[in-house]
Amino acid sequence: MNMKAMPLITLAILTASVAAQASENEVSQKNKTFSVKTLKIKKGDTVSFPNQDPFFHNVFSLSPAKTFDLGSYPSGETRKVTFDKSGTVDVECAIHPHMHMSITVE
Amino acid sequence: MKTLSIKRTLLLAATVFSVYQPVLAAPVLVDTDADTVTLAAGHPSLKKWLLPDTPPAPPDNLSTPERVKLGEMLFFDPRLSGTGQVTCVSCHLPERGWSDGLPTSVRFLGEVMAVASPTIVNLGYNSIYMWDGRQPTLEKQGVGGQGVKADINAGMTHFGFKDGVHLTRLAKVPGYVELFEKAYPGQGITRETVAKAIAAFERSVISNNSPFDRWLRGDKDAIDESQQRGFALFIDPARANCSVCHWAPNFTDNGFHNVGLKSFGASKPDLGRYKQRPVRLMRGAFKTPTLRDVGLTAPYFHDGSATLLRDVLKHYARGGDDHSNLSPNMHALALSEQDMDDLEAFLHALTTSNKPYVYPLLPN
Ligand code: HEC
Ligand code: HEC
Ligand SMILES: [Cu+2]
Repeated sequence: MNMKAMPLITLAILTASVAAQASENEVSQKNKTFSVKTLKIKKGDTVSFPNQDPFFHNVFSLSPAKTFDLGSYPSGETRKVTFDKSGTVDVECAIHPHMHMSITVE
Repeated sequence: MKTLSIKRTLLLAATVFSVYQPVLAAPVLVDTDADTVTLAAGHPSLKKWLLPDTPPAPPDNLSTPERVKLGEMLFFDPRLSGTGQVTCVSCHLPERGWSDGLPTSVRFLGEVMAVASPTIVNLGYNSIYMWDGRQPTLEKQGVGGQGVKADINAGMTHFGFKDGVHLTRLAKVPGYVELFEKAYPGQGITRETVAKAIAAFERSVISNNSPFDRWLRGDKDAIDESQQRGFALFIDPARANCSVCHWAPNFTDNGFHNVGLKSFGASKPDLGRYKQRPVRLMRGAFKTPTLRDVGLTAPYFHDGSATLLRDVLKHYARGGDDHSNLSPNMHALALSEQDMDDLEAFLHALTTSNKPYVYPLLPN
């Protein structure tokens, strides 16, 4: 392999992997739903939950793999959760229970 | 309100929308969904408030005239109850907007229930049931309870539905045997078919032809100016902000909020949704009820603490009473007496005026 091309290729691989298994994922709350129904992440990854609706939402989970309650926060704000155990985490908005999604932590 | 002079109306309109409008242009505002809407009869931007003609039904219980008719009879039939003395309609009366006119319901033998009887109007358009949301479907609600011992309020459980009792009683009525066979061929008279028939009936109790609905469909004169101003206040996040929870089209977000009722300050308050979802925000949070036909269902709130619609409006205007776990979407509102008149007039525009309800004949 041509050594001069290496940095470029490495950069390309790095960028691709950042998108695929990034430690920072985003699931937004917009138009009264979560932006995705399911998400696969790796142990140790962080997910950010920005509220993009003009009113308050909540994000919580009571799943054994990760129990959390982000409280409620207004439009434009975001809060983050780091998932440190593998398993399935059911995420819901307590205010609007029809808003739910699930995260698989590998 | 109709005596209001044109000049004052215009002035008010100008302050309400705080933009200068040419005299005849319809007011425009950005609502609680951040949608830009034009407040004119039949305007396409208001379509989201129109209810579909029929609510969705699960594939194994699509509504048929036979199922609805059977469900209606069951709803009105005391033979369904364990004591043989209570009917669903004892607490969900058509002439009271399918509620019961009491602050909290009274069971047989005079025992008072913890919460108010909610309307059953437009339930088919909703996605979660009971004040604390413990029932996910109308069919489940019919079969009653989820094994919670204290759950005396769930549909037929509170109503005296004891295993077997009513089923054997119903099975002795030849008319029912025939009606069940027509509605649910080969399925017999079971808890499930009773629950399904009642659910089919509940889905048929619809309010979607109120003056407000007719205005949405283009009838300019269906609601008056005061009611139009009330609607503008209702959906404006900078004014009454009501639709932040009472969403289009059925005036509910199928969600849960603590609106700061005094009763939450009591020593052992009803924790509401928290009993189902132990998340701090849900302490004292109850389901947002529909507001369709709300003019018929006094008194108001889950604890029946507001006697009149005006009391409800004053409650919101002062931003609730108990602030210990108040919804972040609640805050004191700057509403004048005129604004409250307008909001109240608007709420009355949500009633579909029905002919007197003809109680069904019960089979023998
Ligand atoms: C003694 C009065 C009483 C009787 C009888 C009664 N209900 Fe109710 N109903 C209530 C009360 C009170 C609630 C609210 C309970 C709660 O949320 O905890 C309720 C709630 C409901 C709901 C949920 C509505 C919503 O908006 O979530 C439905 C549906 C319902 N009842 C149907 C029925 C049916 C069907 C029957 C007959 C089998 C019946 N009810 C008999 C008082 C009564
Ligand atoms: C924070 C969300 C929220 C906001 C904002 C809100 N509501 Fe409500 N509304 C609810 C909930 C939840 C209930 C039931 C509360 C309870 O009984 O504990 C309710 C109950 C009501 C009731 C009583 C209905 C019944 O059947 O008992 C009326 C009427 C009503 N709201 C009108 C309004 C109006 C008008 C506004 C604007 C001034 C408004 N609401 C703003 C959530 C909200
Ligand atoms: Cu939400």
